[in-house]
Amino acid sequence: MPAAARPAVPEAARFDWTRALKEAGLAAFVAFMLFLPLMGFRLVGAEGRLGLEYRPHWVVIGVVVVFFGHLLVSFLRAVRGVPAAPSGRAGPIARYINTHATWLAVAGVALAFALPFTPFANRYVVDVATTVLIYVMLGWGLNIVVGLAGLLDLGYVAFYAVGAYSYALFAQWFGLGFWEALPIAGVLAATFGILLGFPVLRLRGDYLAIVTLGFGEIIRIVLLNWYPVTRGPDGLSGIPRPTFFGLAFTRRPPEGEVAFHQFFDIPYSGLHRVIFLYYLILLLALLTNWFVLRIRKLPVGRAWEALREDEIASKALGINPTNTKLTAFALGAMFGGFAGSFFATRQGFISPESFTFIESATILAIVVLGGMGSQIGVVLAAAVIVILPELGREFEQFRMLLFGAAMVGIMVWRPRGLLASREPTIRLHAKGEGEPSG
Amino acid sequence: MTAPLLEVEHLTMRFGGLTAVDDLSFTAYDRRITAIIGPNGAGKTTVFNCLTGFYRPTVGQLTFHGHHGPVLLERLDGHLIPRHGVARTFQNIRLFAQMSVLENLVVAQHNELMRASGYTVYGLLGLRRYKKAEAEAVDRARYWLERVGLVARADWEAGNLPYGDQRRLEIARAMCTRPRLLCLDEPAAGLNPRETAELGELLLGIREQERIGVLLIEHDMSMVMRISDHVIVIDYGRKIADDVPERVRNDPAVIKAYLGETEEEELPEEVKADLESRAGSDG
Amino acid sequence: MYYFLQQLINGLTLGAMYGLIAIGYSMVYGIIGMINFAHGEIYMIGAFISIISFLLLGVLGITWVPLALLMVLILAMIFTATYGWAVERLAYRPLRGSFRLAPLISAIGMSIFLQNYVQILQGANVKPLPPVITGGYVLGTEGNFTVQISNIQIMIMLLTVVLMVIFSIIIAKTPLGRAQRACEQDLGMAALCGVNVDRTISLTFVMGAALAAVAGLMATLYYGVIDFFIGFLAGIKAFTAAVLGGIGSIPGAMLGGLLLGLVEAFWSGYFTTEYKDVAAFSILVIVLIFLPTGLLGKPEIEKV
Repeated sequence: MPAAARPAVPEAARFDWTRALKEAGLAAFVAFMLFLPLMGFRLVGAEGRLGLEYRPHWVVIGVVVVFFGHLLVSFLRAVRGVPAAPSGRAGPIARYINTHATWLAVAGVALAFALPFTPFANRYVVDVATTVLIYVMLGWGLNIVVGLAGLLDLGYVAFYAVGAYSYALFAQWFGLGFWEALPIAGVLAATFGILLGFPVLRLRGDYLAIVTLGFGEIIRIVLLNWYPVTRGPDGLSGIPRPTFFGLAFTRRPPEGEVAFHQFFDIPYSGLHRVIFLYYLILLLALLTNWFVLRIRKLPVGRAWEALREDEIASKALGINPTNTKLTAFALGAMFGGFAGSFFATRQGFISPESFTFIESATILAIVVLGGMGSQIGVVLAAAVIVILPELGREFEQFRMLLFGAAMVGIMVWRPRGLLASREPTIRLHAKGEGEPSG
Repeated sequence: MTAPLLEVEHLTMRFGGLTAVDDLSFTAYDRRITAIIGPNGAGKTTVFNCLTGFYRPTVGQLTFHGHHGPVLLERLDGHLIPRHGVARTFQNIRLFAQMSVLENLVVAQHNELMRASGYTVYGLLGLRRYKKAEAEAVDRARYWLERVGLVARADWEAGNLPYGDQRRLEIARAMCTRPRLLCLDEPAAGLNPRETAELGELLLGIREQERIGVLLIEHDMSMVMRISDHVIVIDYGRKIADDVPERVRNDPAVIKAYLGETEEEELPEEVKADLESRAGSDG
Repeated sequence: MYYFLQQLINGLTLGAMYGLIAIGYSMVYGIIGMINFAHGEIYMIGAFISIISFLLLGVLGITWVPLALLMVLILAMIFTATYGWAVERLAYRPLRGSFRLAPLISAIGMSIFLQNYVQILQGANVKPLPPVITGGYVLGTEGNFTVQISNIQIMIMLLTVVLMVIFSIIIAKTPLGRAQRACEQDLGMAALCGVNVDRTISLTFVMGAALAAVAGLMATLYYGVIDFFIGFLAGIKAFTAAVLGGIGSIPGAMLGGLLLGLVEAFWSGYFTTEYKDVAAFSILVIVLIFLPTGLLGKPEIEKV
């Protein structure tokens, strides 16, 4: 828990000890009330009888931390005159990243391509990098809907699920391979986006968010219970792996087929497939990025942003709000579907477990933390959210806790995201000319 | 007289028990500035909202002679109305605050650009056809930026502009939709006298050079009297006067609506002085 | 017929709990126009505090059921209300005047935070509580089917009615209620008229959280098991109830809660239990699309 109360202290030249102590005391009292029941006692023993474990020291530590933390914050505010109000401005690091975005992007892509051949690359590193890229792609896809069009979609994972299941089912029923199924999965996910979006896109922003959440859950429950098709909680297994232009990544291919290592006459290695999957998602993610950057500069992209800014004014300029939002919804869903297909082929097994609300919330957190509309921000946030739990079990446990707190913190201190900055899609003057100072 | 551009007949708008506009009829003409004035709450903005599709009138017929011949505005969805040539601004400025000034003006040309971009397909492929259309859109935006004196600030975030600039940008944005009728909702609100005078010139210029009709809601009487060709006065949703400015100014019903039943002797000094100065300067 | 009666009793019990949570959503929405997404977690925290209080009272030797119940009720309301207060203070108050989706995103963050906070502190496994209130009345028998109303169900319904009466009085008669109604009409104007808006909003969260705590206590007693995840589904269903009744309206929230409880009970009783959550979500979607003002809500006129 952060400090329990943080009143907006007016900038004072001198530090008012009495007042600061009083406020810190109040915060400590609230912290005591908060920590006493849930930290001070722990429910133990599940079977039959439940018992209590006592942890008074936790409460004491928590309260002391809040008290002195609060005092310190008040002190720093008084001394340095830190404004309590949130600033929309990006910090120095963010500014650096934003001004050097092109170079960083080029360097990042080069690094991403080189990664499997760097000395520290092993199966594990490439695997984690693949997971990061899945989230990057999902984040970029969701950024169309949330960042550009300003529609809060809490059920994005539904489209991810549609993509995954449609590939798995098409492979099972019609024997389609990954490459044939990929566009179909994208189109299906987009169709779902349109079907779900059409009735609800007229709703106010926050209602829309809840309805998308409802749709996401409905899809998950259907997947869980429609046993004949989805095999419910057992999930679908044996999903075919992708091939490299028809070359399979197996040690012994079936009769009449040639495997990747045989074709290139290299010794078989399990790493080939891992690296291939990595490049596959890298290309898919870059495709998403290219698409988003491009469409942002097209009329439809500008219309999304206009609708985000002011729907009434957009309507008065002849923009059809429903259709425009629908395209954002459908395109975002399409990329979710692509990512879902990739997920299915990578895992070889899917079940409704992978498509819970937490997953939607994670993707949303990536978009929000990275800065809605910021492409580089999404990469950084996705890297943090995936790599954090890999660093250790403690981090795994605290990951979502930290992300929840960070979402609140970002909204309070930097509502436009850590890398808040928006580059106009079109300019009249060269960059840096006639800009407002600061 | 020029051709009628907009014919409002028996417009009535009720919200529950409240009648905001009551059997209002008037005509706005091509290449004329028609002002709608009236005390606060008289129903002026409601008229605009009916014209631009934000409200569906309870009763009435709104015939507009637009780009594609006459249409009944009350039957159109809000977003289709601009395509026939009605553009509007808002009382509480509605710019796309986080987008740049230029982007605001390019968004206003959405439908043409959308067609030129082959509904995004050509645009994604980067075809020349779309690039040309976009360059034309920028040219038109630049033209209007010059007219409102904002060229130097074209790449600013619209929300960072000073208030007066935002008002003018909103007019420029409306003009970028190539309207036949420009509806302005209190464009002079919050402007200083110099800015108001410039706004008056701009509107007269639009009437002369773009040869379109202007429908103006305004509280600044000196501007209304100076630039309008035609003034309609409404009070409690009803039309109480409809004439040239000179005659409206002296209409007893209008004076009563604005000043109530009060005897002239009891008027506050400022109001009396104001009335006299206007009578003197315009008379 | 008897089967129907049994589902009716079960539905009303469920609905009473949904209604109590829904009031928290509705009051907050009425005043500051935001969906307090973390409200479901407040309910979950209420349930945890209830179960901890029960065990603590057991340790202290207070085992006379009515006294223990009353004490748990009070403890749960006080401590959970503190959570409600703190959530508003930390996550929502600094956002007033931010862009329109900011409070909702912050609320989602808060919800994720609280869920994991409880999971880390109390463990992820389910927490069973041995039955505290037992017994009930048999209302009739038909063949081998018996219609029963348990003492817990009676308690839940009675407590809900009592709380509803108290709440209606607070809203209608007290200065706090007046301030709340003023804030609901126009926050800015209320502030200009001398209403302490910050305090009123805080108290609204406190009241909502206290009611959610009661619902949490009821759920603990009724189901006998809880875990850190119960807030999510209960929260969404209660929000559905609030929307169904007309968000912003307190009688509406209660009505919506009861209707939703009945729908769920009858759905499970006559169709299948697997899809009962789909039924609730479908109601949410359908109501929002076709009847966005709910049954008892006032229409919002879009200001241009």
